[in-house]
Amino acid sequence: MTYIAKPKLHHPALQPNKVGFTRRDYEGKISTLCAGCGHDSISSAVIQACWEMNIEPHRVAKLSGIGCSSKTPDYFLGNSHGFNTVHGRMPSVLTGANLANRDLLYLGVSGDGDSASIGLGQFAHAMRRGVNMVYLLENNGVYGLTKGQFSATADKGSASKKGVANSDAPIDTVSLALIMGATFVGRSFSGDKEQLVPLIKAAIGHRGAAFIDIVSPCVAFNNHAGSTKSYDYVREHNEAVNRIDFIQSRREITADYKPGATVDIQQHDGTWLRLRKVHPEYDPTDKVAAMNHIQQHQARGEVVTGLLYYDPDSNDMHANLNTVAQPFNRLDEQALCPGAAQLAKLNDSLR
Amino acid sequence: MRATDIKNPDYFHKVVDCQWACPAHTPVPEYIRMIAAGRYADAYMVNWKSNVFPGILGRTCDRPCEPACRRGRVEEENATKPEPVAICRLKRVAADFKGDVSARMPQAPATRNGKRVACIGAGPSALTVARDLAPLGYEITVFDGDPKAGGFMRTQVPRFRLPESVIDEETGYILDLGVEFRGGQRIDSLRALMNEGYDAIFVGCGAPRGRDLDLPGRQEAAANIHIGIDWLSSVSFGHIEKVGKRVIVLGGGNTAMDCCRSSKRLGGEDVKVIVRSGFDEMKASPWEKEDAMHEGIPILNFLVPKAFLHDNGRLTGMSFEKVQAVFDDKGRRSLVPTGEPDEIHACDDVLIAVGQENAFPWIERDLGLEFDKWGLPVLNEQTLQSTVPRIFFGGDAAFGPKNIIWAVAHGHEAAISIDRFLSGTDLDERPPPEVNLVSQKMGIHEWSYDNDVSNDVRFAVPWTAAEKALKSIKIEVELGFDLQTAYKEAERCLNCDVQTVFNAGTCIECDACVDICPMDCITFTANGEEDAVRENLKAPALNRDQALYVADGLKTGRIMAKDEDVCLHCGLCAERCPTGAWDMQKFLLQMTHAGPACGSRQTTRNAA
Repeated sequence: MTYIAKPKLHHPALQPNKVGFTRRDYEGKISTLCAGCGHDSISSAVIQACWEMNIEPHRVAKLSGIGCSSKTPDYFLGNSHGFNTVHGRMPSVLTGANLANRDLLYLGVSGDGDSASIGLGQFAHAMRRGVNMVYLLENNGVYGLTKGQFSATADKGSASKKGVANSDAPIDTVSLALIMGATFVGRSFSGDKEQLVPLIKAAIGHRGAAFIDIVSPCVAFNNHAGSTKSYDYVREHNEAVNRIDFIQSRREITADYKPGATVDIQQHDGTWLRLRKVHPEYDPTDKVAAMNHIQQHQARGEVVTGLLYYDPDSNDMHANLNTVAQPFNRLDEQALCPGAAQLAKLNDSLR
Repeated sequence: MRATDIKNPDYFHKVVDCQWACPAHTPVPEYIRMIAAGRYADAYMVNWKSNVFPGILGRTCDRPCEPACRRGRVEEENATKPEPVAICRLKRVAADFKGDVSARMPQAPATRNGKRVACIGAGPSALTVARDLAPLGYEITVFDGDPKAGGFMRTQVPRFRLPESVIDEETGYILDLGVEFRGGQRIDSLRALMNEGYDAIFVGCGAPRGRDLDLPGRQEAAANIHIGIDWLSSVSFGHIEKVGKRVIVLGGGNTAMDCCRSSKRLGGEDVKVIVRSGFDEMKASPWEKEDAMHEGIPILNFLVPKAFLHDNGRLTGMSFEKVQAVFDDKGRRSLVPTGEPDEIHACDDVLIAVGQENAFPWIERDLGLEFDKWGLPVLNEQTLQSTVPRIFFGGDAAFGPKNIIWAVAHGHEAAISIDRFLSGTDLDERPPPEVNLVSQKMGIHEWSYDNDVSNDVRFAVPWTAAEKALKSIKIEVELGFDLQTAYKEAERCLNCDVQTVFNAGTCIECDACVDICPMDCITFTANGEEDAVRENLKAPALNRDQALYVADGLKTGRIMAKDEDVCLHCGLCAERCPTGAWDMQKFLLQMTHAGPACGSRQTTRNAA
């Protein structure tokens, strides 16, 4: 953290986006996390992605649980809605909010403790219900706020700062999300914004549960030799399957690639993703193959990153439940309280 | 790009834009911090060491530091009117509130070294030579045609801009160093002076001749046509106390501004400045033009003087040809008559302030002292030595009219040359500056400078009410900042001398500095040609005058590129750095003046 607030002065060349905001307008309060925390880079990537996508800050809701990661919504999108929930309960509060108002963009921010330990069940159900949200899991493998104990995502055999090896098997949140039915699954690294920003943008454009596991080194407790979540380890073992170019409209596609080297995917909001293949055989729409690939490479100690799985025909919870299209706060009294006659009619239909 | 060599003192010196732009290289942020800390006497002494006349310069300096000030660039698109820090007026604050500093001044030496140096003229360059050399034991004699020391600072800068007490004080500090001042003794022959056996002679006589305008009517109406600098000088000595009601000032430089504002105070009611070229091309500093206009003096442009109109030997007015600026393919400007009828302006007096010339009628041309085709002495530009080895030049006498701060810079250089010359060392070898680079870290988030950047816009200096100010030529117009305003203005300084120093060996490339930098100065990127790198930074670095700080040796093979252009020196990169790869280090550069550190002593000792 820093004692002084970030100066208001900005670079003279800073440009506004289509809705009239500069990137600085998407910032939040000054971070109180440790200097060099990967989470701050993720906040910065969220800011960049929202600015680039011309998102109006008042149409965003940020929800989080408890932990270092869950503090971060205070540090970005300072003019958006926010809710800091009970530990591990972000997915259910977010689900409720989404049911009430489907028109907002929901950012669920969580960490490995919040999602893989106390909130594991919540996480799994949000994925299988297809809640339309961007689920960011800021994954550093340790409990930073309580001085660096292993979390449930720490790899078996990886060493703590004191040199003790972890004896428990890790929870692989990416594989879990796939099994639970998430329709957009990616993994990235806080130290690689060129990969992370387009991935967040693609997740924002996705309809349904979009999950991104972001390896985010804890500089205070998990950035040493023997850690598998350190800056050095992730850089050395990063196996990207693809690179994303996020494109607002197909006409903007200008770069030429060899046939077969790219895959273009249209999102439901009309935007396009161009995936530049790094692994030529990797098909991000084949869930079973994706799970195999992830498992094989993880067994070798590699960190598989990129857009790992994508369901082009995704649906979300509202479509599944056939809910009313309008948010509750825009339904009038007549619609919300149809009267005794309607109630009697409903009761009759159930007799 | 190649990695930046931060061991070269020029690199960090250039980042301190104000200090780099100052001819005397005054450590500006250093004294501004002292003002903010209430250490006015310390701030004064930092100035005094470097520029010799802080009180005078704090009122009259041409301030090359201010257009260079980073704050002006930083406020672009952030404030309605981007403005530099009021460096010059803060200097005056140090002078106004310093108290008694006489005990801090160097003492006249107890013993002399037996070398005699003559200074011709008692202006800023010659007095600087005297100040630098007298404490070293040289016997200095300063000659001036005027009875008091100060040169053009005393004779031509009007009292409403510079009170006499300030000149007395600051020339006094120098003359008190055991310098012999022979006021009222004009040197009429260099040969005669050389024959008096001085070991070295410094010529700092200024550019004393004002240009005239040879137009029809000049002779006939001579009684009411005056050369600007001579007129100002007569006003200064009280020989002239009145001017006609209608006054025309010809010329667009700072002398013209002094002439018109002085006229306003000596009975001129309808005073106007008329210039040949465009308003924007005038040589006067923008603030001096503003000050004149503030006092109700119009500036008319694109009017070329044609004739002095007179009636029975009395000046009645002037005629002007109307012109316009026309640019050719190469962008060169010429003034072309518009064809409109001439403009006539009635007047009682005309002041001609169209430039100054050097004049050396008192230097015999058979002394071996060469002059170039413009009538200027042939000099070594660095050492200021003339073709007669023991004669040195400085100030306006050296390269034509400049300003006080340049004269001071010349004085320092000439003093070094004279010191080395008289101790038998090589003049071309110049002493390097004294440089100090020290971390400002006090704690995890604490720095020994105030790194919280002020959002204030520039504060205006209070003025004496116009009706009062115009009543007397001796009432100072600018009042100077009070201490509260001075503190706030000082806080606008970005502390550019507190450098961002990067160590690639400890960097883990976590991006924390990139994310926190409010000005998007820092980028980690692939190396390439400078043009490509500049284009591809987080914010394009399009100001080529400002350096890119490049460091290699990172684990990923990328480079760290920092655009120095609009860095706030807020230190957040260093606060956010988990490994201390960034540090804030104060770069203090002080020019070496004549004396032991300039390298002359060792040789002297050897000789002895």
